[in-house]
Amino acid sequence: MPHVLASLPYFVAGWLFFCGLYGLTTSRHLVHAVISLAVLQSSTYMLLLGIGYRTGGTAPVFVDISPGRLTVDPVVQALMLTDIVVEAVVVALLLAMVVKAYEKSGSVSPSDLRTLRG
Amino acid sequence: MTERLRARIFFVAGFIFLALYFCAALNLPPWGDYRGPYGDFISRMVVYQRHATDAVNAINYDYRGFDTLGEEFILFTAVLGVMMLLRRRADTATREANKIKETRKLSISVQVVNFPVFFVTVVFGFYIGLHGQLTPGGGFQAGVILASALLLVYICENTEAFQRITSHRAVEVSEALGAASYALIGLAALCLGVPFLTNILPLGTTGDVFSGGNIALISACVGVEVTAAFLLVIYSYLEEIVTGEVPEE
Repeated sequence: MPHVLASLPYFVAGWLFFCGLYGLTTSRHLVHAVISLAVLQSSTYMLLLGIGYRTGGTAPVFVDISPGRLTVDPVVQALMLTDIVVEAVVVALLLAMVVKAYEKSGSVSPSDLRTLRG
Repeated sequence: MTERLRARIFFVAGFIFLALYFCAALNLPPWGDYRGPYGDFISRMVVYQRHATDAVNAINYDYRGFDTLGEEFILFTAVLGVMMLLRRRADTATREANKIKETRKLSISVQVVNFPVFFVTVVFGFYIGLHGQLTPGGGFQAGVILASALLLVYICENTEAFQRITSHRAVEVSEALGAASYALIGLAALCLGVPFLTNILPLGTTGDVFSGGNIALISACVGVEVTAAFLLVIYSYLEEIVTGEVPEE
């Protein structure tokens, strides 16, 4: 079935999303939960870059190609850049929260974070 | 809710989602058949309109400049959050037992190799940052490379040397200045009576380093901010490792 293969990047994106969600729901360690969130977010890279790809298209850098050449979509690539930077700092922020949660409660299990104490 | 029950509920819902998603994906236009008009339009026009050869950076720092400003402030606030969460209170006495004793210096061969590698990384970072309008690169990438160049100092010297560099007030100030100058470049356009973040600088010759107008300038500001931001994050975590407390079991 060629049609199934034609949607393969979208399937991979959905699968990555599913894996990340699975990791988040069944997580027993906060660091594991943070990394699961990173996996979940990486599905957006796959989806957006898959949408922007074009058969026979080249990179949208016009140093040595003419502006009329067929290229892949530069808009989603610019979005990717934003996505990756935000993911990096969000993971840093969440890991800082994990450190604090461990300091306060002495546990890294998400199920031990039931109550908020001042 | 027990873990087992939670996993079961997830699998039921998850597989329903996956099945529906796969059905939907089958009806998308096939991979490699891009139909959006915007990307094509920018690909054709970017060299004429902005004299920049890298379409991705022209979008990031010019066409979508306002969005990138927002993203820059996400970075800024996230780093602020990391520093706030990991700051040490003055009254918490750190237990000596948890302090990492200063390790002895590494072998001379590591230092000898590190010294040229440090300079190569710095030069590479500046190259990537200043040629964003011509070839793939730009401020975000350059910032990460430059921050990792200073990590090499940590590798070949010791924690103290790295802390001396990154605890400097100049790092914090340059992070704030990098974020602020992006907004100020946008405001400069407003002062000239054109919309926010309009490309007001001379566009230059296509292919020249000084081309693309605002793109190179904004990219440099972002580079300064990202370098400082990553250094502050690394510094905060390092401080946490060196002086952090472990709660009583």
